[in-house]
Amino acid sequence: MEEKKALSELQKRFSGNILDASAPLGDETVVIRKDALLEIAEFLRNPPFAFTMLLDLTCVDYPDRRDRFEMVYHLFSLTLNERIRIKLALPESAASVASLTGLWKNADWLEREAFDMFGVRFDGHPDLRRLFMDEGFAGHPLRKDYPLRKRQPGIAPRT
Amino acid sequence: MISMPGHFVTTRFNHVLGWARKFSLFHYPYVTACCGMEYMSTACAHFDIDRFGAGMTRFSPRQSDLLLVVGTVTQKLAPVLKTVYDQMTEPKWVIAFGACAVSGGIYDNYAVVQGIDQIIPVDVFIPGCPPRPEMVLDGLLKLQDKIQKQEHDWRWKRRKP
Repeated sequence: MEEKKALSELQKRFSGNILDASAPLGDETVVIRKDALLEIAEFLRNPPFAFTMLLDLTCVDYPDRRDRFEMVYHLFSLTLNERIRIKLALPESAASVASLTGLWKNADWLEREAFDMFGVRFDGHPDLRRLFMDEGFAGHPLRKDYPLRKRQPGIAPRT
Repeated sequence: MISMPGHFVTTRFNHVLGWARKFSLFHYPYVTACCGMEYMSTACAHFDIDRFGAGMTRFSPRQSDLLLVVGTVTQKLAPVLKTVYDQMTEPKWVIAFGACAVSGGIYDNYAVVQGIDQIIPVDVFIPGCPPRPEMVLDGLLKLQDKIQKQEHDWRWKRRKP
């Protein structure tokens, strides 16, 4: 089996922006600096690695951490049959990160979902609206501090 | 009804109307979730709601008089359900089918309407997650009882404003 090179290549090229690189249970994972996302994503998207599929893009809320939100990106390369996971931390005060819509088209709705559920903003997103909740919904329901049993008034029916 | 030896029958018009209406329910399946499977098995040959006169499925609310709300209704779907209900012509009845439609079910969260009776009036609640077809038929029979006993508004032209 061909040795997986993406991780070591990333460490070589972007050593200053890579905070951690590991492969827990065989899943290659890099933790990067927030500002380097676009640069690293573009490098992985293009040959020789060609991670042409953005499998998933989501956010996790860790209320006890200093940088509360963690963005998680899963990429897949069809040519290498390799996966890679990118993580980056976002503080609540500046919960915004570069949009990947320019590199992967499906990032559009995934980022809208993350914005809807966690309130993370994506700079450069073409149409950053809520995806699941209605327009009048206040707050972001998947944040850990959103009250579990909180109810909001629904949408008024058309008359 | 009282039958007499002289071959005639007396009854009340309201009674006949109730009898006619309860056996000619045109239902509109508002199916949003897994309860739809139970609805399908109830509606199809094995359990066959046509035996109860409710076999006529209409896919336009304007042609139906029984609204079957089958499954979870989210906050975002609520205005649609209200619109569908408003589009149905009188007389109309509503069955809340399954735990989600009755009370929100397991989805006690920010996104789901906690019972469709918050949006539209409901005649029969059928609990269960999902309810067995027998339970659905029992609910249908209960609705038929209700329709039979209802005061039917048939004096359209003499109705007071």
